[in-house]
Amino acid sequence: MAVLIDLCMSAKLESLGRLIGSLSNCAKAQGFEQGKISSMELAAEEALVNIFRYAYPEAPGDVEMICKLEGDRFTIEIIDSGIPFDVTAMPDPKVAGGVYDREPGGLGIFLMQKVMNEVRYRRENDRNILTLIIQKD
Amino acid sequence: MKIDATKEGNAVVMSLKGRLDAAASSEFETRLSDCISKGDSNFLLNFTDLEYISSAGLRSILTTSKKLKEVNGKIVLAGLHGPVEEVFKISGFISIFRVFGTPEAALKEI
Repeated sequence: MAVLIDLCMSAKLESLGRLIGSLSNCAKAQGFEQGKISSMELAAEEALVNIFRYAYPEAPGDVEMICKLEGDRFTIEIIDSGIPFDVTAMPDPKVAGGVYDREPGGLGIFLMQKVMNEVRYRRENDRNILTLIIQKD
Repeated sequence: MKIDATKEGNAVVMSLKGRLDAAASSEFETRLSDCISKGDSNFLLNFTDLEYISSAGLRSILTTSKKLKEVNGKIVLAGLHGPVEEVFKISGFISIFRVFGTPEAALKEI
């Protein structure tokens, strides 16, 4: 399995552009079509922004993004050493209803799961490891 | 992301160009807020040149929309396409707002 990107940056909003830009260029170079690239960008952004906002309440921390290609599956691993947070355990937001029925929370995780083929979480050595997988076809 | 705002009748037309991601959404929300505090309450968001939106972008539109309901104002959308349209559909936000194919069609109605 080829590691295509391994980037470590501080877990702040300012890092978003560089992380997503690298991801996007990499996926393009691997021949993924624009629709899939947009899905990867969305899922990665949602995961990263959750980390920027919530992972490190006490002191600043880092986030690592590792992209790999395994056959026709593109894998994005997003790793932080912040507080334990399993995105796969969150309940879905309500997606029906008008303006007053909708709450802003939970939407990012929901979108992430909808646009990727697989989303996996594990906690290992005091780190959250989120794996996002999308297929080429 | 680039934001162009023009006045058409009693509506502010905000044309977004580029990506409405988490980094761009607070500036966007501030621009909307500034217009509202000047008394504008009808907005057409023109997404013809918008390539991408994330939940942060959706959230800023939802928050602004709730504020506007209190002053009997509204937001309508036009020009959704590609990943932006997809995100609006998946999230259910496409049912919350009036959506037009083109800004011209929207301006005839509002």
